[in-house]
Amino acid sequence: MKMNRILSLALAGAMGMSLLAGCSSSGSGESSAPESTAPAESGAVEESTAPTGAAFKLGGTGPLTGDASIYGLAAYHGAQIAVDEINAEGGAIQFDLRYEDDVNVAETAVNAYNTLKEWGMQISLGSVTSTPGVSTSALNFEDRIFALTPSASSPSVIADKDNVFQMCFTDDNQGSASAQYIYDQGLGENIFIIWKNDDVYSTGIRDQFVAKADELGLTVAGEATFTTDTSTDFTVQLTQAQEAGADLIFLPIYYTPASMILTQADQMGYAPEFFGVDGMDGILTVEGFDTSLAEGVMLLTPFNADATDEATVSFVTKYQKEYGETPNQFAADAYDCVYAYKQALEAAGCTPDMSAEEICDALIEVFPTITFNGLTGDGEGITWDSTGAVSKSPKGMIIQDGAYVGMD
Amino acid sequence: MVFLNYLISGIGLGSIYAIIALGYTMVYGIAKMLNFAHGDVIMVGAYVCFFAMSGLGGGSLPAFVPPLAGTLLAMVVCTVLGVVIERLAYKPLRQAGSLAVLITAIGVSYFLQNAAQLLWSSSPKMFTPVVSRDLQVPLPGGSSISVLTILTVAVCVIIMLFLTWFTGRTKMGKAMRACSENKAAAQLMGIDVNKTISMTFAIGSALAAIAGVLYLSAYPSLVPTTGSLPGIKAFTAAVFGGIGSIPGALLGGLLLGVIEIFAGAYISTQLSTAIVFGVLIVVLLVKPAGLLGKVVREKV
Repeated sequence: MKMNRILSLALAGAMGMSLLAGCSSSGSGESSAPESTAPAESGAVEESTAPTGAAFKLGGTGPLTGDASIYGLAAYHGAQIAVDEINAEGGAIQFDLRYEDDVNVAETAVNAYNTLKEWGMQISLGSVTSTPGVSTSALNFEDRIFALTPSASSPSVIADKDNVFQMCFTDDNQGSASAQYIYDQGLGENIFIIWKNDDVYSTGIRDQFVAKADELGLTVAGEATFTTDTSTDFTVQLTQAQEAGADLIFLPIYYTPASMILTQADQMGYAPEFFGVDGMDGILTVEGFDTSLAEGVMLLTPFNADATDEATVSFVTKYQKEYGETPNQFAADAYDCVYAYKQALEAAGCTPDMSAEEICDALIEVFPTITFNGLTGDGEGITWDSTGAVSKSPKGMIIQDGAYVGMD
Repeated sequence: MVFLNYLISGIGLGSIYAIIALGYTMVYGIAKMLNFAHGDVIMVGAYVCFFAMSGLGGGSLPAFVPPLAGTLLAMVVCTVLGVVIERLAYKPLRQAGSLAVLITAIGVSYFLQNAAQLLWSSSPKMFTPVVSRDLQVPLPGGSSISVLTILTVAVCVIIMLFLTWFTGRTKMGKAMRACSENKAAAQLMGIDVNKTISMTFAIGSALAAIAGVLYLSAYPSLVPTTGSLPGIKAFTAAVFGGIGSIPGALLGGLLLGVIEIFAGAYISTQLSTAIVFGVLIVVLLVKPAGLLGKVVREKV
């Protein structure tokens, strides 16, 4: 009897430890941010990027683990490269970057945001994905910490918040741009949409796509939905698409379910065209995924890693050397965010000793006035209006021989 | 033809639920506890098979070797895991109330998920199917059925028949049934109750490994939480068919799969899960012990 009690105690202990281990693993992600650096007064420091002098504390949340980790890690790595470059130049503007894991969950993102706030974050990269972005941007607004999100594209991320800006297109923009692109290029006669109805990103794009398709006279033959709980089996949705005679399936969803859809369509012997949006980016790097299934998949994205301009080539080379893979648009967006911050902070004359609120007020003034040239967008440059929405032009890409290739 | 396609996917999905449900039902029937960690054992089995297959694949071995070796290895690892879990987590609680065991099972489930996240990270892995998805057998009327689905159904039926034979005819099976009826009396009759329950867990976990391999072959995205939803669905299937009943688990699993697919196809993809549970409630109202469950009179 006594033995039993000891055993169960040991067990309870082990269980408790395991839960803790689980928490900390999702709390700070791989190699990101040093564990539990207490809110230090003078520059909590990242191992690799010790800034030379006083630096702006730049924080962001993103899924560094979990289903959407490809986005979070890409954004984190992209931002890190930009920060390293800027710090190495040793100019007046220096950054101290810290990313916290939000596992693409709104509640975790709020905790991650609070950790960053305690750390003393002065400017923010918001959240990488939309669902957490909606929560953290509300906090950014309340706390008067300026945010420029690389990729949280839902309009509700910036809605009614004067200090939250986006580097990516809004979902509205992506939806209507996709419809326009399909119409212009004559890609499909009968369009079927499979979207995720418990996700603000997917729903937003789908709504705008349908509205625009209606306006242009594109035929939407039908649509089907799924949720997080039903994101493994798509045979029903695909059979419906096949029945509807769809020759193009529009997928305003993230790459994990998209990879399942491609696999199952192949299994059914059904081969329509597939058209995705920026969430499709990342599909080629899923471990074990047969990339030949993605052959011919089209997507709209603001960044083309195959572009030959000097900035892109330099970024892609660095990224490949550092992280062993080709950067996607999330990496590019985050990289641009850091440089846009640099330009805006210079224009506003901000210094690292200013409080978050002072910097916030200055940046709200400056952002709508600057024109930024970065990796994403075209030669026209990137501008923002005062609502925080970005203006830049998307690029159509197609997957060929396991790589993204520009379509025009 | 479309109807037939839906029916085939429903049966394929249902057979997987059934294999998982067989594991649930075995453990419940004999140890009288709900092993909520069962779904996570499936996930562990799938990971073991995934790594074994990617380790062995691509070499000069014949094509059937890596999947077979992967499956066998997964079964061995899961069997050991199942027995260890039983020994460490459940055995000390044998005299405790059923609620304590239930909570422990939930704890083990979280432990396995988090351990998997630490070990293998949570980025999704694409599982290579044990039988190529391209192998299709044409059916009259223009549709076709994949070899994988046939294999799944066959495996499911074989397991069900084996378990029925095992519990009905073998000495160990009889000991299991004796434990199920009355542990104390079984012990008095010279049955080693602990060994019998360990054996039950070993069998249940080996089944979980097979279910994991087949589930991931059909729905290939592998993450540490892969097992939890099919685990819950299979539990539902076991209750549906009458928990503790082996043919009931098969029937419940198949019905659940077919209802889920049909509800999605003909009513609404958004409501399919809700409809499945709605049907469960109706069945339980009419037959509280499940479709094939035995009504056990409480002895006062």
